[in-house]
Amino acid sequence: MAIRALIVDDSSVMRKIVERSLLQAGLEMSQVFQAGNGAEALAVLEENRVDLILCDINMPVMDGLEFIKRLPEVENAKDVPVVMITTEGSEAHVVQALSCGARGYIRKPFTPEQVKEHILPVLADRS
Amino acid sequence: MKSVNELFAANDNHEDWIPLIELAAREVFELMLNCRLTVLKTAEATALEITSMVGLAGKLCGVLSVRCGRRAGALMASKMLGVPLEKVGPEVSDALGEIANMVAGNFKNKISGLSEGCMLSPPTVITGTDYDLHSRADSPALEINLLFEGMPIVISLQINS
Repeated sequence: MAIRALIVDDSSVMRKIVERSLLQAGLEMSQVFQAGNGAEALAVLEENRVDLILCDINMPVMDGLEFIKRLPEVENAKDVPVVMITTEGSEAHVVQALSCGARGYIRKPFTPEQVKEHILPVLADRS
Repeated sequence: MKSVNELFAANDNHEDWIPLIELAAREVFELMLNCRLTVLKTAEATALEITSMVGLAGKLCGVLSVRCGRRAGALMASKMLGVPLEKVGPEVSDALGEIANMVAGNFKNKISGLSEGCMLSPPTVITGTDYDLHSRADSPALEINLLFEGMPIVISLQINS
């Protein structure tokens, strides 16, 4: 089944890399939305439904942790799984992200295989 | 994995960190650009017109920079985006910024205690060579000369202890 994904990162190059990694992981995507920070992502979600969100942590305006804390406020996004993709690799960051509601955590740099390993179980849980 | 305190105590000049910076850079290029960096024994007198910098603050303060030539920068962006070299445009700065960000992040993740105690700034990218960089660094920069697809790149860490 094709999914709709939202990729949130302040680097447009990284957003394209993440999108390519999802395709290389074998995911069929009907639509891919992009946002440059958490506030833009919330605006996207007000208007659109998605099946998966991949989100950086360090971003201007609204960072990734604040974004996932605010997700329950958006009707369209209450149960959408979020996987963090970030350079922040400490256990403290992982624990903080998971306690905020993230369902997965991928450290940059990453391979498409690592993306697949983290994303597929998250999507399987959802279906 | 050594702790940040052990590494600070071991060497005031932080030369022990050079292999970690090199490993961090190699991993970024192998995983994200699918290419291997090789070591350049002596620095080449080549114009490195693009400088990408990320600041570090907290337990470790300083600046990590990645410098390269325009062609090398364009090729890095091409490999990251998976597009032909001739189709690369203004994304070069963004790509170089992300490389510096990932090298800095990967480096600090290799030192126990540093990852959670050191924050990274958003990357800044400068194009051109006619500038002076003034930092509060109080020790010589840790500098690594590498070859990317036969073109020189320099990765350096200036530390303000």
